[in-house]
Amino acid sequence: MSVAPSSTLAVTTARPTELSGWGCIGRPGRELLSEDLEAASKDVVLTRGLGRSYGDSSLPAAPQHKVLATRLANRILSLDEKSQVIRCEAGVSLAELNRLLMPRGLFVPVTPGTKFVTVGGMVASDVHGKNHHRAGCFGAHVQSLRMRIADGSVVDCGPQQQSDLFWAAVGGMGLLGHILEVEFRMDSISSPWIWAEHQRVDSIEEYLAALSEAAPKWPMTVGWIDCVNQGKGMGRGLLTSGRWAQTEEAPARPPSIPRSKTVPLNFPNWAINNLTVQAFNSLYYWKTWRRKSSGLMTPEAFFYPLDALLHWNRVYGSRGFTQHQCVLPRSAGAEAVREFLKILTREGCASPICVIKDCGPQGQGLLSFPMEGTSIAVDIGVTPDIEKSIAKLNEFVISAGGRIYLTKDQFTRREHFVAMEPRLPAFLSARQTWDPQQKFKSAQSVRLMGDRV
Amino acid sequence: MRVVILGGTKGMGRAIAQQLAERGDAVYLLGRDPAELQRSTADLTARAGGKSAALGNAVCDLERPETFAPALAAASAFLGGIDAVVITAALFATQPALEADLAFTQRMLTANYVNTVLFCEHARPLLLAQSSPSARKQLVVFSSVAGDRGRKPVILYGSSKAGLSAYLEGLDHKFHAQGLQVLCVKPGFVKTAMTAGLSPPPFAGEPEQVARDVVRAMDAGKPLLYTPRPWALVMWIIRLLPRFVMRKIGF
Repeated sequence: MSVAPSSTLAVTTARPTELSGWGCIGRPGRELLSEDLEAASKDVVLTRGLGRSYGDSSLPAAPQHKVLATRLANRILSLDEKSQVIRCEAGVSLAELNRLLMPRGLFVPVTPGTKFVTVGGMVASDVHGKNHHRAGCFGAHVQSLRMRIADGSVVDCGPQQQSDLFWAAVGGMGLLGHILEVEFRMDSISSPWIWAEHQRVDSIEEYLAALSEAAPKWPMTVGWIDCVNQGKGMGRGLLTSGRWAQTEEAPARPPSIPRSKTVPLNFPNWAINNLTVQAFNSLYYWKTWRRKSSGLMTPEAFFYPLDALLHWNRVYGSRGFTQHQCVLPRSAGAEAVREFLKILTREGCASPICVIKDCGPQGQGLLSFPMEGTSIAVDIGVTPDIEKSIAKLNEFVISAGGRIYLTKDQFTRREHFVAMEPRLPAFLSARQTWDPQQKFKSAQSVRLMGDRV
Repeated sequence: MRVVILGGTKGMGRAIAQQLAERGDAVYLLGRDPAELQRSTADLTARAGGKSAALGNAVCDLERPETFAPALAAASAFLGGIDAVVITAALFATQPALEADLAFTQRMLTANYVNTVLFCEHARPLLLAQSSPSARKQLVVFSSVAGDRGRKPVILYGSSKAGLSAYLEGLDHKFHAQGLQVLCVKPGFVKTAMTAGLSPPPFAGEPEQVARDVVRAMDAGKPLLYTPRPWALVMWIIRLLPRFVMRKIGF
């Protein structure tokens, strides 16, 4: 198996004096690169992994703040293949773990939709995956974290040890301190192949019904919907359910990884518009004539379809883009999801990427994103009206009792965040305990929590 | 292959050690800090997953030549002979920083030229003594593109690497007939902790990419490698520039 050179992993900007997330919206700032996180983290107020969060979570609160980049701290410190417990430095990437351990029958218990993330980032975002309804978030599988906290000391914490710090740091967006090392339990897999079933559905109601039907039967579910199409066919889409293939179903050979392609340059800003998105969506929807199909898939294609196109964020052009990912509680019902899509279309947020999935119960991370309900993620190109559009979407999310995913966010207003996060006071009080001087901060924490710069 | 790496706990040396261990080569790390050596050896062990014949380490400091012989002897004993010696360790500082600190300049010049050459002189007889026909007898040393021409931003550092490059070239001329494969690696700008404070120019590389090029060049038995590749062209042009141009430009 080959691996993409890491130059293609880390998010980089055109200007060396700027940092940006995956959404390509730059901010003045610099990275501090070091292999030795313990030494380098002493005076730094924020850490980032590969910079794959979309918005400003990994961007500095002020231009003079350096952000410690962990990607050179890439050592696996121990691996017990029997107990499946692995301990890594925070900068080990998921791409590395997959490349090294999938052939040995081990896979991370939870994977997000890109493998270009670090384990430290997976904890700070408390990432979820297609198996959230079964496995919960990544943090639920973490046994221990080593952190440098605000008072300068290095501490170990976990669900049994300093658990208040631990559950604040899991999904805490790096605001409790620097994550230096992560210990977690891997899953064993029956083969390095996925058995998947694809189903084409005609409307959002049908889609949600199919999703909830699939959830008890399949360990992993995810789907794409066409959020541009209006009326009866609104929310037509493709639902994919999957499980690791049994040894006897899978080919003897491991899957080969096709060479990744790269988007070499920024597309013009108008490249993603209503027409091109409609065309793309129709083609994608009709990529198979059969209503139902099933078969073997590579984990790459199943988990990380977009990773095959490196720098795909450039299709939105130099203006950049954001993702709005929210979860609407089950109690709000399918009407809420339809209403959300309506607002999305009304706001002109045409997007080729609209991913809908089921979330299981809320985890223990104080600010962890998922809750029992339906998660909707849409990419939106930046326009002059973007803040207003995001505000409209957020107002609806608040009225439905849902919340947004901080890892994707760049434009949410503080009052909206406060209104959708009844758990915020508990998080702030944990921060008060562990970081009373508010040493740790990001551009996002200034925007959403009112941190002083 | 049985490989000894001086500087294999960090940067490009770490990436080379990882790639070699992953494909099953025996790797012996030499470095200054015992705790770092242990962590890196654990990493290589996890990556190799039982594929590698042997993974070990010993303390060796490029700034203390008295550590060279015992460290290489320990490596040879552990591996049962040495096929390749890789040296990535070096000191670095920017030109203004070196001009302002002559004590460090002396350390840098000594480590990068005098001591690196001494280390090679310790390693050379060990490699040449390999009698088995499958033995590789490789000496892989990280010089730098900075040694190709006297240039304003890297006068002192570059001069240490220029001397090293000349030494390696001569070594290749003299011992190639005896089966010694000398590989002089000239990395361009690579984004490691060493260059963390500097703004990366175009064609800046990543450690993994450099390591891949180096391992490929080792397998092919090449004497000289510019990596990332575009630097071969960049340096060719720079070597051709006349003096009056070099006096004008800042590169």
